[in-house]
Amino acid sequence: MDITWDLFVNALLSGLLLGGFYAATAVGITIAFGMLDIANIAHPAFMMLGAFLAYYFNTWLGVDPLIVTLVVMPFAFLLGRCVYKLYYQAFERRSDESLQGLAFFFGVLFIVEVGLLLVFGVDYRFVTAPYIGPSIGMGPISVPMRMVVPLLVGVGLVISVQVFLSRTFMGRAILAVAQDREALRLVGVDPIWIKEIAFGIALATAVAAGALLIIIQPVEPSVGRDFIGRVFAICVLGGMTSLGGTVLASAIVGVAESFTSTFAGPSWAPAVSFGLLIITLAIRPSGIFGR
Amino acid sequence: MSATTNASSEVPSASAVWLKRLLGCGIGAVLIVLLFAALDWTGTDYAYLAAYTVVQFILLATAWNILGGYAGYVNFGTAAFFAIGCYTTVFCYKAFQLPLLATLPISAVLAGLVGLGTGYLTLRLRGVFFSICTLAMAVVLQTLVTNWNYVGGSRGAYILRPESVPLFGSYSRFLFAIMLAMAIGSVLLARHIERTWLGRGLAAIRDEELAAESSGVPALRLKLIATSLSGALMGLAGTPFPYFITYVDPTTAFSLNIAVNTIAMPLIGGTATWLGPVVGALLLGIIQQWVTVTISSSLNLMIVGVLLVLFVAVAPNGMVGFVQGLRRRKA
Repeated sequence: MDITWDLFVNALLSGLLLGGFYAATAVGITIAFGMLDIANIAHPAFMMLGAFLAYYFNTWLGVDPLIVTLVVMPFAFLLGRCVYKLYYQAFERRSDESLQGLAFFFGVLFIVEVGLLLVFGVDYRFVTAPYIGPSIGMGPISVPMRMVVPLLVGVGLVISVQVFLSRTFMGRAILAVAQDREALRLVGVDPIWIKEIAFGIALATAVAAGALLIIIQPVEPSVGRDFIGRVFAICVLGGMTSLGGTVLASAIVGVAESFTSTFAGPSWAPAVSFGLLIITLAIRPSGIFGR
Repeated sequence: MSATTNASSEVPSASAVWLKRLLGCGIGAVLIVLLFAALDWTGTDYAYLAAYTVVQFILLATAWNILGGYAGYVNFGTAAFFAIGCYTTVFCYKAFQLPLLATLPISAVLAGLVGLGTGYLTLRLRGVFFSICTLAMAVVLQTLVTNWNYVGGSRGAYILRPESVPLFGSYSRFLFAIMLAMAIGSVLLARHIERTWLGRGLAAIRDEELAAESSGVPALRLKLIATSLSGALMGLAGTPFPYFITYVDPTTAFSLNIAVNTIAMPLIGGTATWLGPVVGALLLGIIQQWVTVTISSSLNLMIVGVLLVLFVAVAPNGMVGFVQGLRRRKA
């Protein structure tokens, strides 16, 4: 295949757009896994929950998927707090989190996925919105709007989380939990409560990312599995705790996948992020930004 | 079971040990004959196919437990090892028309090597990374197989199975016999590991890896042995599968259902001993066969998921641990 300039630029551009969306999917994992040390492999399942909620209200009431997400996010926040409470009571308190906790989230992943399967079936579902369909073109390069909107929302989401973490008391407390739990207890803040809030935020971002996903492509319940490796790859590659690293890693994974599907075929794309993850873990487990 | 627990608490004479073993073998042989008689009595091939699925899960659960239960490292990639077995069969069948029995050792070696490789890359890191990597490996392998046209690619491949096998009668009966033999072998192996240096070393790693390492347990080497053994057994479990369903495609071979069942069974049964995975596999396997026939197959996945979450949250030592706890309280 000829590698033309147009093809190259298009692949690069769609990779960067994809990266913006991936950043939204990985923010929650960076908080949950990187900062709180909770290996929430059910994160993508909650994304799918968000996607299907967006689908449901979009087809039923004709509401824009992004507005649905705004309404759903507070509920997801509460759900996240409940999930963390359960996780804490059952595992973290007994410091059983490694084996039992992983199995717990694996079970949760399955329950959410099969639940969606039983309710919505195996068909691909999609949403309708004014920005799905048209694209902006400049000469040979054309950018579909359904990719631009997730990029903007995704980046907006990451920036708001970053501002929240660095500017507010609660945000700084979350960062402190990531560094030293006991020290936080010493200054009179309950680390469990902080973790609960942080996990709620992580889950709310998962639901939002799901709505972005169903804007980008039609979705069926098991699509989430492709994101398990991807979000963890991004989180590890970005150095676990830094949101800036997460954004850069998302862009890298997005561009790598885009080039792979353009030049080797779309069927090879799923292996890219996993390959990156394995290579990162083998060569530099602390990621690009790790110390 | 009871005969062997007594053996470990006191030191009986060598002849007594052999007598007990002989007795165990005798009882086992009678049970196997009775099992075959019962399955023959139903008069359908379906009974063998259902029994095959249950026994396959005993093998998978026992294999998983060698690493997961004894050393505490969660392998989410069961489906990958299983699929290596499947596709070794497909490849050997297409390339050399190799019969099933000759394919088994090849699969075991290949799956064991993949286990060794994955372990070597990730077992030096924290356990979580190993778990995530096993998930990742399943997807990488699935992508490779999907793009490998020789073994059918995403379209899948057909396997023609012989009508019957001498000595065994129908082919389903033959497949069941092979699977049963491998499952019994794996349980004996797990029991043996539990009682030797390997099992004790792995248990030390599970309880406190740093402490184990600093008191001279060669942690990485033991973990690599466990990963390779576990992977090889999972590969063996997948090898007869193409003959079992006569058609494999990547989605079936790499199905996440295999992974979730394999994790749920030991955790529900109990991970500390060889008995746990067997109990879990029998229980979940039989429930699922029953639900699939009577209600629907997506519901039975829901049941597995809910049971898994319930058990890890409420009874972290599984059914075997629960029963042992009751007994201890009584005593």
